[in-house]
Amino acid sequence: MQRLRFALRNLWRDLKSGELAVLLLALTVAVASLTAVGFFTSRIAQGVRAQAAEVLAADLRLESAHPVNPAYDIEAHRLGLRAAGVESFPTAIFNGELSQLAALIAVTPGYPLRGHVKIADTPFGAARTTERIPQPGEVWADARIMAQLKLALGAKLKIGAAQLRLAEVLDYRPDQGTGFVNLAPAALINVADLPATQLIQPGSRVTYAALFAGAPAAVAEMREYLIAHKQAGERLREVDESSRQLNSAIDRASRFLSLASLASVLLAAVAVAMGARRYVSRHIDTVALLKCMGASQGFVLSMSLIELLLLALAAVAAGALLGDLAQRGIAWLLKGLIRSELPPASLEPLPIALVTVLAMLIGFALPALLQLRSTPPVRVLRKTAEAPALRYGLAYVLALGALFAILWSLVRDTELVLSVLAGALGMGVVLTLAGYALVRLTGRLRGGVGVAWRYGLANVSRRGGASVVQIVAFGLGLMMLLLLAVVRGDLLADWHRSLPVDAPNNFLVNIRPEERAPLERFLASHGLGKPAMYPMVRARITAINGVPAERLHLKGDTARGYLEREQNLTWSERLMDDNQLIAGSWWTAQELGRPFVSVSSEYQEALGLKLGDALTFDIAGETLTARVSSIRKVRWDSFRPNFFLVFPPQLLDGAAGTYMTSLYLTPEQRPQLVDLVREFPTVSVFDVDAILKQIRDIMDRASLAVQYVFLFTLAAGIVVLLAAVQSTRDERRYESAMLRTLGASRGTVLKGVAAEFAALGFLSGTLAAFGASAIGWVLAHRLFSLHYELDPWVWGVGLVCGTLLVGVAGTLATRRVVNTPPIVTLRDD
Amino acid sequence: MVLEASHVTKTVTSPEGPLTILADVSLAVRRQETLAIVGASGAGKSTLLALLAGLDLPTSGRVSIAGIDLSRLDEDGRAAVRGAHVGFVFQSFHLIPALTALENVMLPLELHARRDARSAALEALGQVGLEPRIAHYPRQLSGGEQQRVAIARAFVARPAVLFADEPTGNLDTHTGERISDLLFDLNREHGSTLVLVTHDRALARRCGRLFELDAGHAVAAAPMQAQ
Repeated sequence: MQRLRFALRNLWRDLKSGELAVLLLALTVAVASLTAVGFFTSRIAQGVRAQAAEVLAADLRLESAHPVNPAYDIEAHRLGLRAAGVESFPTAIFNGELSQLAALIAVTPGYPLRGHVKIADTPFGAARTTERIPQPGEVWADARIMAQLKLALGAKLKIGAAQLRLAEVLDYRPDQGTGFVNLAPAALINVADLPATQLIQPGSRVTYAALFAGAPAAVAEMREYLIAHKQAGERLREVDESSRQLNSAIDRASRFLSLASLASVLLAAVAVAMGARRYVSRHIDTVALLKCMGASQGFVLSMSLIELLLLALAAVAAGALLGDLAQRGIAWLLKGLIRSELPPASLEPLPIALVTVLAMLIGFALPALLQLRSTPPVRVLRKTAEAPALRYGLAYVLALGALFAILWSLVRDTELVLSVLAGALGMGVVLTLAGYALVRLTGRLRGGVGVAWRYGLANVSRRGGASVVQIVAFGLGLMMLLLLAVVRGDLLADWHRSLPVDAPNNFLVNIRPEERAPLERFLASHGLGKPAMYPMVRARITAINGVPAERLHLKGDTARGYLEREQNLTWSERLMDDNQLIAGSWWTAQELGRPFVSVSSEYQEALGLKLGDALTFDIAGETLTARVSSIRKVRWDSFRPNFFLVFPPQLLDGAAGTYMTSLYLTPEQRPQLVDLVREFPTVSVFDVDAILKQIRDIMDRASLAVQYVFLFTLAAGIVVLLAAVQSTRDERRYESAMLRTLGASRGTVLKGVAAEFAALGFLSGTLAAFGASAIGWVLAHRLFSLHYELDPWVWGVGLVCGTLLVGVAGTLATRRVVNTPPIVTLRDD
Repeated sequence: MVLEASHVTKTVTSPEGPLTILADVSLAVRRQETLAIVGASGAGKSTLLALLAGLDLPTSGRVSIAGIDLSRLDEDGRAAVRGAHVGFVFQSFHLIPALTALENVMLPLELHARRDARSAALEALGQVGLEPRIAHYPRQLSGGEQQRVAIARAFVARPAVLFADEPTGNLDTHTGERISDLLFDLNREHGSTLVLVTHDRALARRCGRLFELDAGHAVAAAPMQAQ
């Protein structure tokens, strides 16, 4: 009770005197950033995921070759989920003598549960979204069907035994797929018309899909239910595996976000450590006095612990309030983006924030407090008596342990956390060494300048250790600001560049070898360029290292899918632009025709392949065995044709397949597809404009979110700067009093202080520019697989801003100290 | 004997090797005695004071307060002895700047969870003539006033031994005299033992006994006239 009272009184007077401002700010910023990031990574990610769910037209999609068990619908109803059904199969559609192979899609009311169907008034014309599905008696047909069958809206179409009226041009279905499997153009009808077509007979190749969507918890429950009850042949498709391109974009967005939150927490930790040192230096005399009057070590420790705990609570409250405000801001910013309901704001981030703040205090403030506890009481007589340093590097162990725990709980990615920690430590060591070198160098420069400069520069080198600490702290703060101001922009711009405006939005698939040359001529004559043609052969993998596929024990639907489904193979003489070799080597000119295969990293991971493994394929009845000669990381979000499996040319020449290519079409060029489809009826046109738009949308919103979160990092950087300025205030106060007593004018002292801070700022700016460039490079290459060029602006901005920012801020912060009449200072001491 | 030091030696390590600050000093102080430790700068006066008050430990030798051997105690044990038996007055006052005069005086009592802290502190401040200034912060007080607050704080817990380290060192002659009057008067009133370290020969002469140090060695312990 008595300790609590002491602690409360201490807290009150420390708050009043502004001593705890830095510590409170650092903790508050950490909490605010954590709660805001918590919001992003859970709520917004859920929103973005819902967007990604469009690809399934649902949150969960169960596909089967047999009618889906009605019990699933009953369970969905019980859980409050919405449900819809889709039945699809290939069939021929007739208009008089003309016919076209089409995918007939029969849907129930409510379809699609996620995303929207788009329709148009003319083939390849401007599309609009609709909430309807075809009325009974209506069909909505793909523009390619209309082009091929020379149809206009209102025409009667013969589908099986039924006559249906062509009511709309079908432009886009959310679940039309992003792979190259759904090649045939689609015709959408109401499921009520299906019996009249009489097309479903025993042996028909019908795919039945049950669609479910609703609240995340209910979806999770339904997912468990389906996994437990689904029969052989029923496949559960989920958002996560639905689209590699979308996932790649979401993955990068969340990495940006994690990075931003890691950076703010790291910086806040530095500020907390500095704030704690300051706390100790301000309290050490009082502690010595209290111990002189009989206070025990336990009393001293518990008093400061209680005080800091109270401070932590205050910080959590203030930070959570700020975080909540940020949440509202974000929700407002992203209002248009997230169509699905955002889960309500919960109190969930609060305990996480509290635990993190405690971990920060334990890691970065407790060591200082433990030292404070052992302040020798004789300090009341001898000012030089200091508390002994902690044994066994306890401080470092605590700090590293806490940091690891905090970072890991944030991102749950041991490798990322370890590399960030190693990077931060390495940076710390490099900054410290460079700081020492610069400080020594500065000491030699002080001859031949005015008295104020000489005093300032002399101070930098005289304070040695303290100067290095300040340079490192300023350097860290500035580095973050630079990373934010310049590198972040570059990284985001690079990301946007990875999906340029003219990224291919149409794929032409199923081009027969003899059509290749005429098609190239067609494209050239219509001003559509000369895109690269990729050969394609369909094949199934039959054995790995001689073990037949059916005897392989593989975990996960993905791996089984790779084995069961036919894959598209291609061959290429050189590595595709969006591919990066991560193991093995690409074939040389001498190796063309050799039985090698290059696999993508997803394929390699799913099947557990390594270099040298022998893969056996069945290519149209022929057996081919090839050895894995390289593993590629594929940029799926580049939207150029990419393949899991690539062979050297000359190996598959006999297995004549088809070709594919991709091109960018402006909205004005799209109508030319009508001619193309007529002239090359077997070529399938595949439009990915919608998904491109989705990804761009995610990029834009994620950039916005990242910038928002980086605001907290910025705040943390500024707090570090403040902490660094505050750390030497007492010393400066005393020195300025002494100098003024010796006859120096206030102006001279102030100029000296300005010179010192400007020098410190210049030195930190140098280090910060160096650090920001290095980190930017590492981030771009290791984390984001982006190309990053060093930006000379980093150096310009770093040096100028460093000198100005630290110079001005330091001088302003110290001005009051210099203005204090010397007698007041000297008497206080 | 309320205070006893026998064969106390204090050695510290310096860049030039071990440095002996106090060499084999022995001293015994009776209850209610007043003792001045004098000597030139660097003679080891403050070190001896720190050892006698249990603020520091001797390299060898033994110190006891009120019959309790300090060398047998850990730091918390020594703190408890100080809290129960010892009061301090320092040259630079050592008031806590963020506390009012009253709060500063209440501090040692609050550390012992005394319920009457406030009334006892008010009484102590009354004894040093500072009732009108109880709500003032140290920076609003003159040097003499600050030292009077420090004296009130030292006596408020009724210590058996009061240690004073150059109590008038930061004050002008006139104020210094008034402060030392107050110190001796209160000491007599409370029946406590006073050990003071000073350069000031006049102040030293007011003590019952003089203990002189020279380069860490005891020179002589001359009895002076009784108070």
